[in-house]
Amino acid sequence: MALSEAYPEPQPQEAGVHGTEPGHAHAGWKTYVVVGVILTVITALEVAIFYIPALHGVMVPILLALSGAKFFIVALWYMHLKYDSRLFSQVFFAPLSLAVLVVIGMVMLFKVLPGLR
Amino acid sequence: MATVELSGHPAVRTATGLPMLKLGFWVFLGSETLFFGSLISAYMVYKHESVVGPYSHELLNIPLTSVSTFVLLMSSLAMVLALDNVQRGSRRWGPFWIAMTAALGSLFLGFQAYEFTHFYHEGLTLQTNLFGSSFFVLTGFHGAHVTIGVLWLLLLLVQALRGQLPPGKALQLEVAGLYWHFVDVVWIAIFTLVYLIE
Repeated sequence: MALSEAYPEPQPQEAGVHGTEPGHAHAGWKTYVVVGVILTVITALEVAIFYIPALHGVMVPILLALSGAKFFIVALWYMHLKYDSRLFSQVFFAPLSLAVLVVIGMVMLFKVLPGLR
Repeated sequence: MATVELSGHPAVRTATGLPMLKLGFWVFLGSETLFFGSLISAYMVYKHESVVGPYSHELLNIPLTSVSTFVLLMSSLAMVLALDNVQRGSRRWGPFWIAMTAALGSLFLGFQAYEFTHFYHEGLTLQTNLFGSSFFVLTGFHGAHVTIGVLWLLLLLVQALRGQLPPGKALQLEVAGLYWHFVDVVWIAIFTLVYLIE
């Protein structure tokens, strides 16, 4: 099977979608503005959680989840990975997964495991 | 390997049928995740290992950094609106949103310059302690990436104002946009891991 068949560029799927090349689609400006509002709300939530003492016990997992949500929203909509060829997602998320594992591994090795001894 | 003519400018494509420039740039961004992953790891390991102050909880200014984070998020919105307008051939709004992105990026750098100067006056330098070393290296490299992005955008702005950025050459702006959004997602991680989680 040819590589171009394995990684077909997606076709426009929604109204208002356009691009510079045939089959090179992405969202319209309204979607981008909505995404911007969502990112702002999540950021405000993060800061609010930081200042609520009652949430300090569960602050770390909540902040990590919100931060991860913002990361994926920007990658999928603003970087167009939702609309582009999945090969772009693979070449980005594979090393990103490794980077996340490096961070977790280093924190476990130097911060968590020594405290368990 | 195939070559497709787009408004007189060849967009070289790989065997996958995807633009070589874009695919290569995604590979570069993948390598950048490992670069910043290493710096974030170093910060996470060293931030509480300082034997002399000042310490992170004494210096980090959450309200100020929240505003600069909002500014960078809005610059990402401006960037994607710039690409949208350039792809539609808007000679007015394309350059406007490119300029807005560069301006918001510059404002973010202003916040960072203020923060670094404030930390310096409080006695924190690259050599003071492990927190200072790992903090300045991580946020400094991010700031350097933002600076490169602003300069890149200003070059594209000049091209756009001269009418040299038609829809057929929007791939140039799209790649710059990928870089800009990457800088944004790195800051999303830094804001949480460095500033919010103690």
